[in-house]
Order: sequence, then C-alpha cells, then structure tokens
Amino acid sequence: MTAAPLLSTRGLSKHFDGLQAVRDVDLDLAPGEVRALIGPNGAGKTTLVGMICGRIAPSAGRVTFDGADITALPAHKRIGLGMAYTFQITSVFPALPVRENLALAARRRLKGAAVQEAVRHALTRVGLPPDSAEQAAGNLSYGHQRLLELAMGLVQAPRLLILDEPTQGLSDSEIDGFKALIGELKGATTILLIEHNMSVVMDVADRVTVLNGGAVLAEGTPAEIHENAAVQAAYLGTG
Amino acid sequence: MSHETRRILALHGGLLVLLLGLQFVLPAYHHGNLARIMVLASYAIGYNILFGYTGLLSLGHALFFAAGMYGMGLTIQHAGFSPAPALLAGLLAGVAVSAGLAVLALRTSGVAFMIVTLMFAQAGYLSILYFGEYTRGDEGFVIQTTQRMLWGIDLSDPTNRYLAALLLFSVCLGLSLWLVRAPFGRVLVAIRENEERVRMLGYDTHAHKLGAMIVSGTISALAGAVYGLLFGYAGASFASVQYSIFPLLWVLLGGAGTVLGPFLGTLFMFYLIDLSSGLTTAYMLIAGVALVVLTLFAPQGLAGELRRRLWGWLP
Repeated sequence: MTAAPLLSTRGLSKHFDGLQAVRDVDLDLAPGEVRALIGPNGAGKTTLVGMICGRIAPSAGRVTFDGADITALPAHKRIGLGMAYTFQITSVFPALPVRENLALAARRRLKGAAVQEAVRHALTRVGLPPDSAEQAAGNLSYGHQRLLELAMGLVQAPRLLILDEPTQGLSDSEIDGFKALIGELKGATTILLIEHNMSVVMDVADRVTVLNGGAVLAEGTPAEIHENAAVQAAYLGTG
Repeated sequence: MSHETRRILALHGGLLVLLLGLQFVLPAYHHGNLARIMVLASYAIGYNILFGYTGLLSLGHALFFAAGMYGMGLTIQHAGFSPAPALLAGLLAGVAVSAGLAVLALRTSGVAFMIVTLMFAQAGYLSILYFGEYTRGDEGFVIQTTQRMLWGIDLSDPTNRYLAALLLFSVCLGLSLWLVRAPFGRVLVAIRENEERVRMLGYDTHAHKLGAMIVSGTISALAGAVYGLLFGYAGASFASVQYSIFPLLWVLLGGAGTVLGPFLGTLFMFYLIDLSSGLTTAYMLIAGVALVVLTLFAPQGLAGELRRRLWGWLP
C-alpha cells in the first residue's frame, strides 16, 4: 500500500458479556479505495463499523482516521471529521419531508441556498424522482427510503462513506444504478461497504475483507476472495 | 420571501393584530382574562419548545415559572429593585435554574427524565415553603401597586397590563416562530423524530437538548416574572406540581409542536373551566369530558388538527 491509509484499525475488539462479537481486527483503507466487508450473518460486520464510526465503544483496540487517533471521540465528532454512516435498518425521519431529511444532513457543512442546491443534486444522484422532495419520508416505498438513506450519506460529501447493506431491498435496476453511482464516487470518496449481494461486491469493490466469527478470515481483491477455499467453505458455500 | 413564509407571517402577525384590536372592544372581564391567558400562553410557548419540538416531556416546568416569579418578586420585596431590574433578575434566575437542571436531568431520558424534573420541581416548591421567612410560603406576598411602576407606567392599570401581556406574548411567539424555522430548531425537531440518526449526521444532540431546555426554561421564567409583576402576587402555589401539569395540558390541547398551539390550548382550557364553573359546581366533570372528547377526535391538538386537515404548512 503506497498512500498512508485514511482509516486504520488495530486490534479492534468487542465483547458483549461472554460473546466475542469482534476479535482483533486490523484494517487499513487507502484513500479513494472501495472496500467491501462481507461475512455470514452474525460475523460482526455491523459491530465493527459501529466501532469505526463511534456508535459502539470498543472493548479493546484503536481506530485511526486521517492519521489521528479517534478511538475516544464521540460519534458526532467523527462525523464532523468527514465520516458518513448509512444505517442497515433504514433510519430516516419518517414524519419530515424528504427535502428536510436531506437538508438536515447537508446543513452541517452548508448554509443558505447551497443547502437546497445540494439537496437537489443528491436526489438526482441516487435517482429519486424530484417530485418526491415534498413527500414525508415515511410515505416513500422501502426501496426509495433506502435510496434516501444513501442520499443522506452523499449530501454530507464525506471523505469516508460507510454503507451498511445499501442494496438490501432495492430492485435490480436500482442496484445497477447503485453500482454506477459507486463507480462515480470511486477515487474521490473512500467507501466501506457491508454487502451481501455478491454481484455488487465483485463489480464495485477494490478489495474485500471477509469476517467470520468476529475475526478477519481473508482479505484480497474480489477475484482472490472468490478463489479462496476457506472463504468458500465459510461463506460462499462449496458449490 | 417565499409564499409560505408570507402566509406564516400573515397568520401569526394577524393573531397579534387581532389581540391588539380586542384591547379596545373587550368588556372588562374578558379583557382581564385575555391578559392572563396571554402570559400563561407565553409560559406554554416555553414549555412547547422542549416538549412539542424537542420531544422531552418535563414534569418540572413550575420550577422555571417560579424561578422567574421569585427572582422578580424577592428582589422587589427584599432588595428594593424597581420592576425593570427585577424582571431581569427573574430572567437570570430562569437561565441559571434551567441550565442547572438541564445539566443534571439530561443525563436521563424518557420516564426517568420525567421523574427527575418532577423531583427537582418538588424540591423547589418545598424550598419556597422552607424559606417562608422570605417567601411567605403558601400565603405568598403581594407586590404593591407602587412597586409596579415600570418607567412611569402603572402596570396595575388594566390597559397597561393588557398591552404588557401582549408585548410579552408577541416576543415569545416571535421567538418561538423564528427558532423552530432556524437550523437549530430544525435539529430539535429531528431529535424528536430520531435522535440516533441526528447524532450520526454529526450533530451534538446533547448540546442541542441542553440549549432547548435553557431556552424553554428561560421563556417559562420570563412568563413567571411578568405574571407576578402584572398581577401583583407571588405565591408557592405557582411552584406546585399543578403548574407543571398545566402547560403540558395546554400544549397537548392546543397542538404540541405547533407555534400557535400553546395559545389556543391555554385559551380553550381557561374558558372551558370558566364557562363550566358558571354552570355547575361539578365543573371539573364537564372540563374532563370535553378534554376526553378532544383527545379522542383531535389527538394532535387544535392546531395539530388544523395542520393535518387544512394547513400543512403550519409551523
């Protein structure tokens, strides 16, 4: 790896009472990289990104972002440094209009007319119809709420975008749109992607990290991971 | 200025103009009532910032109302303050007490928050009784007409009192309208809807809730100070749990999370009790039934229903 990593974890661990959810994870994300995080259900993926963005306090280990140790920083400060997190279980503001959902995400860095401009831009970018802006977010279809969640991440113009199963519940055409969108962001934005859809992983990821039982099982390019026997046994199946 | 902003300003400004007009036509009895309602509605506006917009249910706002009332009253009574600095003292007491309680109570949430605020308000009430030597406890003390001359204006005069109440109400209404449309207020609404999401958008939700509670408590305290000054009395009953429940009721009836709701709720409740007590001694029965009916058919309160059915733009 040539450039200094944007995000690093060292020995990151989390146990809930007796359960070791994440064990000694070392991760390095180069700037501009798209990294997929895969693994069976319960492998600790959401817990791991939860510790990276500050939702969950680690039991041990360190998180470094852009050269600074952020292990002790509360979540909102990490977001302020340029992380954005989109939720696995859609977490929008259902009673508020779509426009206000996005404006809230945008207003932390923008003011005045620039906010509405960024909102419009984000809507088009994820492919939400422009007339959905005035609807209450809770009235959107599930797929559109997922897209709104994604747009709320994008509108923050993050340096590191953490996406927790963004394509879950999307239609095939929406998934194609998502792949294209990640392709556009690639290079400019570093992306950490939890994903179950293998076609998405294979198409968009630069590198893949496989978690199993809370520990890193393998790491490599999508092709390497696809060939890896241990991964196949643990996750992809032996077919 | 957008079409929506014009409509909002016309509606809220229209209400203030209407209230000003009523000053000249209302009979003495209703004139006095309305002055009282406007001050109490200002208290409810303060409560609404925390409850209606931020989603934090406090059962201790009487502490803030009383902090303002006694901050004003005690400095007049014992330090010989004139009304202007006494009002300022009431306001500062409100800032201090609400900041203190916010730091402690916001360590909790949900039911625990209700209980902590209730307990501190009770502690405040009991302190007023305990220091009866200064506060005259339950009996309270009268602020004499001569002590109520603000820059040469006699606040015990009904017209002056009405106009002063209207001024307070206008300031509180305007502040509340501005606040909930400003970025800070938008974040409060978002906290009410989904606090974890707000945090993960990079906002310091604790600092926002702290700010909301101080603004809410300070408006409540200002209303308490003005109430004592305009009606010439400070007593421990204003610190009792009843006065924590009142603003909750007013706001619920009028419409939580609407700018006009606190006024509508206070007006409705005041006249509901006033009219029903003229009919029967069991007036609380009538009031109770009316409240149940309203809760059944307009669960979002009067202004909330208005927003849901007719005016989606109502702030």
